[in-house]
Amino acid sequence: MSRTKSPYPYWFILPAAVIFTVLFLVPTLASFWFSLTRWDLFSVEFIGIENYRQFFREPFLIQGLFNTVIYAVTTSAAKTVLGLLLAVLLTSGLWGQGFLRTVMFFPVLVSTIGVGITFTVLMHPTRGIINVALAAIGIHGPGWLTDPTLALYSVVLVDVWKGIGLATVIYIAGLASISPEYYEAARIDGATRTQLFFRVTVPLVKPATVTVVTLSLIGGLRSFDLIWAMTRGGPGFSSDVLASVIYKQYQAGFYGLSTAGNVILFALIAVIILPLTLWFNRKEVEL
Amino acid sequence: MKFARGSILAAAMLALSSSIAHAGVTLSVLIDTNPESIASLDVLTKAYKEKNPDVSFDVEQRAGGSEGDNIVKTRLATGEMADVFEYNSGSLFQALKPERTLADLSDLKSEADVRDIFRKVVTGPDGKVRGMPFGPAMGGGIFYNRKIYADLGLKVPKTWAEFMANNEKIKAAGKVAVAQTYGDTWTSQLFVLADYYNVQAQVPNFAADYTANKAKYATTPAAMRGFEHLEEVFKAKVSNADFGAAKFNDGLRMVATGEAGHYPMLTFGIGTIQQNYPDNLKDLGFFAQPGDDASKNGLTIWMPAALYVPANSKNVAEAKKFVDWVGTKEACELMAKAVPSGPYLIKDCNLPKDIPQAVADMLPYFDKDGGTAPALEFLSPIKGPALEQITVEVGSGIRSAKDAAALYDQDVQKQAKQLGLPNW
Amino acid sequence: MNSRRQLFTGLAALAATIVIFVLPFLFIFLTAAKTKQDASLLTFTLPQQWQLWQNFMDVVSARDYMLLLAYFNSTVITVAAVALLVLFGAMVGYVLQRRPSRWNTLIFACVMIGLMVPPAVVPTIWVLQWLDLFKTRTGMVLIQIAYGLAFAVLLFRSFIATIPRDLDEAAIIDGAKPWQIFFRVILPLLKPVTVTVIVVQSIAIFNDFTNPLYYLPGRENVTVQLTLYNFQSQFGTEFNLLFMNILLVTIPPLIVFIFFNRQIVAGMTAGAVKG
Repeated sequence: MSRTKSPYPYWFILPAAVIFTVLFLVPTLASFWFSLTRWDLFSVEFIGIENYRQFFREPFLIQGLFNTVIYAVTTSAAKTVLGLLLAVLLTSGLWGQGFLRTVMFFPVLVSTIGVGITFTVLMHPTRGIINVALAAIGIHGPGWLTDPTLALYSVVLVDVWKGIGLATVIYIAGLASISPEYYEAARIDGATRTQLFFRVTVPLVKPATVTVVTLSLIGGLRSFDLIWAMTRGGPGFSSDVLASVIYKQYQAGFYGLSTAGNVILFALIAVIILPLTLWFNRKEVEL
Repeated sequence: MKFARGSILAAAMLALSSSIAHAGVTLSVLIDTNPESIASLDVLTKAYKEKNPDVSFDVEQRAGGSEGDNIVKTRLATGEMADVFEYNSGSLFQALKPERTLADLSDLKSEADVRDIFRKVVTGPDGKVRGMPFGPAMGGGIFYNRKIYADLGLKVPKTWAEFMANNEKIKAAGKVAVAQTYGDTWTSQLFVLADYYNVQAQVPNFAADYTANKAKYATTPAAMRGFEHLEEVFKAKVSNADFGAAKFNDGLRMVATGEAGHYPMLTFGIGTIQQNYPDNLKDLGFFAQPGDDASKNGLTIWMPAALYVPANSKNVAEAKKFVDWVGTKEACELMAKAVPSGPYLIKDCNLPKDIPQAVADMLPYFDKDGGTAPALEFLSPIKGPALEQITVEVGSGIRSAKDAAALYDQDVQKQAKQLGLPNW
Repeated sequence: MNSRRQLFTGLAALAATIVIFVLPFLFIFLTAAKTKQDASLLTFTLPQQWQLWQNFMDVVSARDYMLLLAYFNSTVITVAAVALLVLFGAMVGYVLQRRPSRWNTLIFACVMIGLMVPPAVVPTIWVLQWLDLFKTRTGMVLIQIAYGLAFAVLLFRSFIATIPRDLDEAAIIDGAKPWQIFFRVILPLLKPVTVTVIVVQSIAIFNDFTNPLYYLPGRENVTVQLTLYNFQSQFGTEFNLLFMNILLVTIPPLIVFIFFNRQIVAGMTAGAVKG
């Protein structure tokens, strides 16, 4: 057998590489160029960094940047903490836990647009069920999606509602791979339930935590569908995130400007995720 | 198995639709979802099919507002546009790059009978006419409930102060004084846009200076009044509790059925009321948005939308034939009968005798010399894309009128730069 | 004592879950069965008059049976994209895991880019137009593959690490060709992780709204999520039809889930977490 013929030929990579290069890498590289132009799909005109200047001059953009980070951090924190707690609860031999696991996964399956429309109706300030129910027990419910200080967090709540099932399943899988011997040993040493949770479960379920945090952070930073379906970035600009600002520029036909926004979003994700990934990996080596 | 069944169904459907197409020419038409547009197109296509049995129509509806702008722009840019489509005239028409995307209609016979005032707002930068009026001219002002006015003994206000005084009385009577519907963000712009008659009355050169980057909203007190009106209405707390979530249709329902005293809107809302609340149509009145001076009271008007033919349509000839017919007196009077909610812009095309009260309230402004002024978007190619978000902010108390005017100036600057206009 | 406490916790959890996770679905179902006037009240009540079937027919027949066309398009796109994703993803994961080389760094960099970088929409449209693939289903399938590859490669690579190399070597000694080893020996062993990829990606692609919105305009190209979005403006006040549409759009992913419910956790354990 000749040495040049590996049983793992590189042509196996070829189809994926071609598709990925042409439809992902090329447009990504091209976006750096197009972000420096005034572009309306008919003609391209080089205008230097004017689009970036424009983008940072938009007063709502700073808020959009801020909102993007808030949105990503709050959704992924909530999914991580609640997901782990629910996973522990649902593997503790609880009555009806199989049913609960299934039901909690349902929202993951529904389209984001469907969820958005449904909750927009449920959160209607005067007639929505949530506020009608609150009124029944004497609480004057807020304008979930119409109060500018609240709109973003209302969408965060719905995002967590929709994504918690997936986080829980990932954690359940992580818990299943922890050997029961660790718990036995700790229990013999006289550890309490709280100690078991913090000293055994939390450290050993770390691979799952890395997955949940990374996936939900990236998802949160790029999030668009749900915000668009529920508030369109409003009221005013109060729940705008980078992705919705980018879409609005696209809508207005400012393609160069929209592409510049894309490059900025890319930079934001890189600035947040890369150090985090390095940090996760280093901790792994130390262990 | 599931897959196979789905494909058979779809194949059957495709076969079905292509067999219809085979009979002759099928013109695809894209219009917005306003009941007035649907009703107008309905009478037009029916009559046209009777005269031309080999032509059939495939009508598609699209969203309005900036969502609709996006659909129209991307479909034009990507060659996916219907054979005939309806879209705004004026600055939004200019943003379509008409000289590159739309067919030249200046050689159509019926264009000669279109009023000049309209031809101007569908003429591209190259001087060629590219649109045919579709529907009536509209007034932008305030719908009011005549029953409430009669019960409370109110008079139609001629100044903004009188208007606000009426609002207080309506509020005291336990009704919503001004319906606001920011669930459809575009409806929030009315107080600003419909104030243009008053702006022009005080600053006659505003449109030209604004286009030339000389006049600004933030530095022109008359222009800023629109934003201030919005702020005053919010501060007076005279609107419906769910103003942030209510929609266009809710606003029309409120003012028609007497839940609310006023609803600032374009008169094209009349068609929806006629369809959904025919019994309440007689209670619906209309007046121009009042300014500060009672002696200079007049109406800001909107040109109707137009029908356009994309330059790269497969059926340009057939489409132009249809559009040419739409411009005839015969077709116009069909529309006027179906949608009698404002004056039409074809010569000698008259409204029927029996018109809704709100239209009767509007016509005197048109008859009076200098009683109307076109909205700014028909005088200048620039309209900032974020106005509807900014007006929602002012109307919800998030931003002050002053800040909003300055912010809108920035938004306008962005649009002008992206259009590559000189002086910006 | 302990078991009783567990029963109570269980019941409490059950009640909370039902309120939080089941009521919204019940609301969708009930609203979908109401009349127009009844539904417009937005209340959580039984329909005054059940008209599930009529609403169903109204939604399906709206706009010339557009929903059926949308189902057809969405199914074709989902099935084709997921099938190719599994195949191409497994092939890359296999070579990546089995053949360490300098290239691996590059491939890993691409995987990270694919996971992190938001797609550049307008330049992608520009590339698709240049390839004559814009607003075609083929283009949409390729886009979904390009966007889903990174995730699939990661899952497959870590799962293939658990398959002993002895199997490949035995096949090599038997004189099998590289593609024979992969398709006959390795691919069948990847079933658990393949199920995970299929479930996750088919739900993601079927439910995808943003990408068809950008890349697949045109009425003959509608997907189910786009019809829902369009119906939202068209049905403005007809909440019964809007929610019937939501109900119909939710059913296919639910079926996938009911079939593969058990395997999802298994696949996650095997692939994503141990990795």
